[in-house]
Amino acid sequence: MTAAHQTLTTADGRPLKAALVRAQRRARRRAFLLVAPLLVFVLLTFVIPIGQILYRSVHHDGFSANAPAVSEWFAATAPGTEPDEAAFAALAADFKAMQAARTAGVAATRVNYTLPESRSLFTKTARSADDLVPPYREAFLAIDAKWASPAVWQAMRSSSSAYTGDFYLASADFERAEDGSIHRVEETQRIYVQLYLKTFALSALITVICLLLAFPVAHLLATLPMAKANLLMILVLLPFWTSLLVRTTSWIVLLQSQGVINSALVAMGVIGDDGRLPMIYNQAGTIIVMTHILLPFMILPLYSVMRVIPPGYARAARSLGATSWTTFRRIYLPLTLPGMGAGAMLVFILAVGYYITPALVGGADGQLFSNMIQFHMSKSNWSMAAALSSLLLVGVLILYWLYDKLIGIDNLKLG
Amino acid sequence: MSSEPHNDSFVVFDHVQKSYDGETLVVKDLNLRIGKGEFLTMLGPSGSGKTTCLMMLAGFETATHGEITLDNQPINRVPPHKRGIGMVFQNYALFPHMTVGENLAFPLEVRGMGRDEREAKIARALDMVQMGKFANRRPAQLSGGQQQRIALARALVFDAKLVLMDEPLGALDKQLREHMQFEIKHLHESLGITVVYVTHDQGEALTMSDRVAVFNDGVIQQLAAPAELYEAPQNSFVAQFIGENNKLSGIIEEIADGRARVRLATGETIDATPVNVREKGQKTLVSIRPERVEVKPEALPPGTQTIEAEVLEFIYMGDIFRTRLRVAGSDEFVIKSRNAQGQRQLRPGEKIRIGWAPQDARALDPL
Ligand SMILES: Nc1ncnc2c1ncn2[C@@H]1O[C@H](COP(=O)(O)OP(=O)(O)OP(=O)(O)O)[C@@H](O)[C@H]1O
Ligand SMILES: [Mg+2]
Repeated sequence: MTAAHQTLTTADGRPLKAALVRAQRRARRRAFLLVAPLLVFVLLTFVIPIGQILYRSVHHDGFSANAPAVSEWFAATAPGTEPDEAAFAALAADFKAMQAARTAGVAATRVNYTLPESRSLFTKTARSADDLVPPYREAFLAIDAKWASPAVWQAMRSSSSAYTGDFYLASADFERAEDGSIHRVEETQRIYVQLYLKTFALSALITVICLLLAFPVAHLLATLPMAKANLLMILVLLPFWTSLLVRTTSWIVLLQSQGVINSALVAMGVIGDDGRLPMIYNQAGTIIVMTHILLPFMILPLYSVMRVIPPGYARAARSLGATSWTTFRRIYLPLTLPGMGAGAMLVFILAVGYYITPALVGGADGQLFSNMIQFHMSKSNWSMAAALSSLLLVGVLILYWLYDKLIGIDNLKLG
Repeated sequence: MSSEPHNDSFVVFDHVQKSYDGETLVVKDLNLRIGKGEFLTMLGPSGSGKTTCLMMLAGFETATHGEITLDNQPINRVPPHKRGIGMVFQNYALFPHMTVGENLAFPLEVRGMGRDEREAKIARALDMVQMGKFANRRPAQLSGGQQQRIALARALVFDAKLVLMDEPLGALDKQLREHMQFEIKHLHESLGITVVYVTHDQGEALTMSDRVAVFNDGVIQQLAAPAELYEAPQNSFVAQFIGENNKLSGIIEEIADGRARVRLATGETIDATPVNVREKGQKTLVSIRPERVEVKPEALPPGTQTIEAEVLEFIYMGDIFRTRLRVAGSDEFVIKSRNAQGQRQLRPGEKIRIGWAPQDARALDPL
């Protein structure tokens, strides 16, 4: 039959395909309108801020916008070029403009990020901007001899373009030498990489502890009769109903050296009065308290997965000759994988970005990467904070990708 | 009365009782011997304790009292994985994270079987259920009937001598179900395995089983071959549960020589075969199968008793006619007659006489 090749039409003679497309387009438009508010919300509260962060981490025009003349000179010359009279003249013009507009501080802040302690040089020079008369080089040196230092000029060169990778360099413990070459900072000053790795390691440790603690609890929740399970569930959720600060404070009460646990141990004679265990204001404190706070995020996805695993599977395995351990390992555990994956993901991502708890109970060695971000934010160094945040984001995305490769993202059941 | 065609006792329930809560007995004093190679079905309404019996046999529930033996070994204290009993679950319980092949390999792996031997056995088991091409599929990619076959193959792959099936066909549509009934029966015969089968579909029980144990309320009401169960129910529950049944209630007026005279509510008397009634004056329910009722009493042997009936409803069903009658005050008396040559279609309101052979009317307990 040739009918198969004929164009199908609707009852009123329009081609069927066109009619179908039209009908579907209408449905799609309506669906889009329905999700539009959410889309706008996500755009405003999620995509834009993250874009902002990424932008800030590579963009800072505090110097380039306020010192355009010398920035132009930097652009025209190669890195490491000795500043000539033209350079000083340009700088003098900029300083006069900055003094008039009172923006020397802003420019100084940017340079200060690259070369600490150059702020005072800038403010001092700006104050004496009126004294800047030719020959400019001598005039600058008269105000401060530091103007002859190549380091200062290199710092200004780095700051002279609005777009810069310097914040990422600094985040990776690198810096630019006076000749513009990149090298690692002195060993005693390398903090970020080590803290970054430590943050991921501690988060992984907390995730593992949470998993070990949550698994039996979730299993109990899933198998207990309704009334008891509900009670247990309330206990699990209780932490969510109390303020984070209160919970953290109560941990301090428990764990501090004059705290409940130590006093009890001393009273029982387990430890001597001078051997009180340091359990808080250090890494141990961070781990203990964060594990407690993040535990529900592991229990809930695990529970939601375990609850729907029919007991028939375990029975089937047993009837097929498997011991209870084999049944657990080969049947139950793999079936809970989506829950473990989701829980681990939640806990890990939350832990990596956690800030309050380490700040309160972490002491010196219990600080995490986020505390560093907070430090820079408190100093209004948005670009540095943004760069560090972006690194955190990249780290998490890499792990996410790894997870997808190893376990598969469809093996994730969030709730 | 129950026939005992198998004299060996492969599985024995000896005075087994089971209570979950310590207050009610879910299984009350169960005594059951299952022969080797037998196909025994536990049939009964929901909640009658069929699954519980199966679970005790499989080892997932412990008997509160009594002893279960398998092949002359008491198994009350043997954990389920050491019993070597194959089991097919109602919802199949195929492991969703394993392929069909891995599902079948599982019982062999836990028995420490080598790879080559395993592969051979898996292939054989899959061929047995005509699923040879599906080894690499996941259970979720199979239809209900296919999953059923895989579950069956998995229960058989490790050469279990005893296979338990708990409503294995419950989730299938009628046609597929009948087909699978045939296949399971065929496998049972060709492999010589012992099968304990649970269902609440009486048709399934009758067509597949060597013997059927009818459960109600934790007690076996009757244990017999299908034909006997249908033809000679031992009590009203069985008569009522198996097949369609007409019941007329009355009082025993006379009982002697395997004959009972029963006076019905409307005052008429009928002859019946006494089954579990003993004495005069006892209340009784007389049970008559619809297809044993004759609408042309002339066709019955002389001396057979007939009774007046009024046609209430006549349903033409093609091969048979189904007629609802009012008989002795009961509006639920149904007869089935073959759509044979010369068989007349009855009209509602018509008064007719019906009759039956006295051995087809069974005087049973009044429920
Ligand atoms: N784990 C249990 N705890 C308490 N009572 C139970 C349990 N399992 C079953 N029962 C009770 O035991 C009785 C028998 O249950 P069982 O599952 O054996 O019935 P069944 O004959 O298999 O019914 P169905 O045809 O509906 O599957 C029921 O009243 C049921 O409520
Ligand atoms: Mg059941």
